[in-house]
Amino acid sequence: MSSELFFQPIAQLAAALDAKKFSSVELTRAVIARTKAVEARVHAFNSFDEAAVLAQAAASDARRAAGQARGPLNGIPIGLKDVIAVAGQPLTASSKILANFVSPYDATVTVKLKHAGAVLWGRLNCDEFAMGSSTENSANGPTSNPWDLARVPGGSSGGSAAALAAGEASATLGSDTGGSIRQPAALCGVVGLKPTYGLVSRYGLVAFASSLDQIGPLARTVEDAAIMLGAIAGHDERDSTSFRTEIPDYRAELKTRRGPWRLGIPKEYFGEGLDPEIGAAVEQVIAFYQKQGCEIKEVSLPHTRYCLDTYYVIATAEASSNLARFDGIRYGHRSKNATDIVDLYFQSRAEGFGAEVKRRIILGTYVLSSGYYDAYYLRAQKVRTLIRQDFMNAFREVDALLTPTSPMPAFKLGEKADPLALYLCDIYTIGVNLAGLPGISVPCGFTQSGLPIGAQLIGQPFCETDLLAIAHAYEQAHGWNTKFPFL
Amino acid sequence: MSSAPQLDIDHVAHLARLALTPEEKAKFAQQLGDVLHHIEQLKKVDVTGVEPMAHAAPVFNVWADDVAQPGLPVELALKNAPAQRDHMVVVPKVVE
Repeated sequence: MSSELFFQPIAQLAAALDAKKFSSVELTRAVIARTKAVEARVHAFNSFDEAAVLAQAAASDARRAAGQARGPLNGIPIGLKDVIAVAGQPLTASSKILANFVSPYDATVTVKLKHAGAVLWGRLNCDEFAMGSSTENSANGPTSNPWDLARVPGGSSGGSAAALAAGEASATLGSDTGGSIRQPAALCGVVGLKPTYGLVSRYGLVAFASSLDQIGPLARTVEDAAIMLGAIAGHDERDSTSFRTEIPDYRAELKTRRGPWRLGIPKEYFGEGLDPEIGAAVEQVIAFYQKQGCEIKEVSLPHTRYCLDTYYVIATAEASSNLARFDGIRYGHRSKNATDIVDLYFQSRAEGFGAEVKRRIILGTYVLSSGYYDAYYLRAQKVRTLIRQDFMNAFREVDALLTPTSPMPAFKLGEKADPLALYLCDIYTIGVNLAGLPGISVPCGFTQSGLPIGAQLIGQPFCETDLLAIAHAYEQAHGWNTKFPFL
Repeated sequence: MSSAPQLDIDHVAHLARLALTPEEKAKFAQQLGDVLHHIEQLKKVDVTGVEPMAHAAPVFNVWADDVAQPGLPVELALKNAPAQRDHMVVVPKVVE
C-alpha cells in the first residue's frame, strides 16, 4: 500500500482515523493538495468547494472526538458524479443546459453518505447526461486517464474513475446505465460496482434511462466497495422502483463467504472484437478461480448479439422522455433568441444540449413515434425479456458469470469520432443493465503498454454479498490495486 | 438484411422540440441511419408470445398513503427559475 494518504483505501484510513494517527481535516487537506497538483492534467472535476469540504471534515473530527463517529466512512472524502444532487452545490450533468443549476435538495444517496459521516468532495466530470463511454461528451471538456493522459478514462463516470485513480478522492459514486461505472473502472484500474436494479435509490439522480440507471461506488478495493454499498443501499419511498430487501453487512460477509463457487464463462463474451491482451488477462483470472477449486463452466447467452440494439432503442426512448423536462421554463438554460413560447422550447434545447444528447433524443423520439413504436420500442422490450431469460437460465447452473469488462483498454482522446464505434465499448456491460443484475469490475492486470485491464463478475439479483466475496478472493491473491499511476 | 426506413429528421426534430441547423440535420441523419441499420437486426429475433419487459425489478403497483407531506418550499423551487416574479415563473405570453 502507498504511504500517501490520498492513495489509501477507506478501510485503512478509517482504522488510522480511529487510532488518531491523523485527523479527517489532515486527510482532506492531503486530498485537496493532491487534487490541486494533478487536476490541471487530469480534469476529473467540474467543480469543488474547499470551504464546504473542510467544514465537513472538521465536523467529522468533532464527532470522532466526542465518541460519535458514524462508522468507517466518518471523515472520508468521497467524490460524487455530477448527476447526483447535493443541496446547495452545482448539479450540471456536464451539460450547458444545467450550467447554472444549484441543487435545492439532496439525493437519497447523499443523505445516506452524510448520515454515514462521509465528507462530500467535489462534482465529478462525466459525459453529458451520462451519455457516452469516454467522458468526451462533457460540455466542460474531457477528462484524461491518469495512466496515460493522452487517453480517455472511459465513461460516462470517467471523472469518478479518474479522480480515484489519481488520488483526488478516497472513493467516488458513479451511475451506470449501460456500463458507466464498470467500464471507466476497468480503464482506470479501480473497482466499480453496479448494484442490482432497485437496490439503491435513484431519488436525486439526474435521469437518463430510468429502467436501467443505478447508482454505485467506485473504490480502491472490493472491501471499500462493500463499505460504500452498505452505506447507500436500501429501500426509499421516494423511488418507487427501489426494492424492499434486507441490507446485509456486505463488509462483514466478505470474511464469511469462501466458496468454492460455480463460475460461468459466457462464450459470446470472448469472440471477435476482444483485444487479445484483455482476453489473455481474463483467462488468467479464470485459471485462478479454477486453482481455488471453483467449478468453471462454459455457458451460452444466445441473445448477447442483440443487447446493443435493444439497449439503444430502450435507453434513447427513455432518455427522450426524461429530457423533455428541459424546456427552458422552470429551470435550466433559457434562450434569449426565441420568438414565442414554443420557439423558446426549440431554441433553449438547441442551445443547451450537446451533439450526442441531441442524437439520442432524436433516436428515442423516432422509436417511440407513431408507426414505429411496435417495430422498435415494443420489440426491444420483448427482446429484453429474452436477454434476461438467458442470464436466469445460466444462473441455474452457476453462481456468477466471469467476463472481460471492456473489449478494449483505454483508447486515445478523439480516436472514436463515430457514434457507433463508441457504442461498441459497452458490449460486455449493457446486458447486465437490461437484465437488472449486479456487476462488478475488478482490476486484473495491465497491457504491455501499461494500461489497466478489468474483469467483470455478474451476479444474481440482490446477491451482492456473493459477488463481492468472489471478487474479493481474486483481489486478495493479486494486489493490482497496490499499483498507482505516476503523475 | 432489410434496409432501415428513412428517418425524417425534420419531423422527428419537431416532435422532440429541437431546433437543428442544416449541418446538424445532415450529420445526424447520416449517423442515425447507420445506427438504425444496425438496429434492424432486432427484426430477426422471434418474439412470438414473449412478454415485453418495462423494467427489471419485480415491483408493481406501489401505493403511497394519501397523506400530505412537506414539499419543497416555494423559494427553493424557484431558485433555478430563469425568470420569476411574485412566487411565479415568468414565461413569454401564451395567449393573445
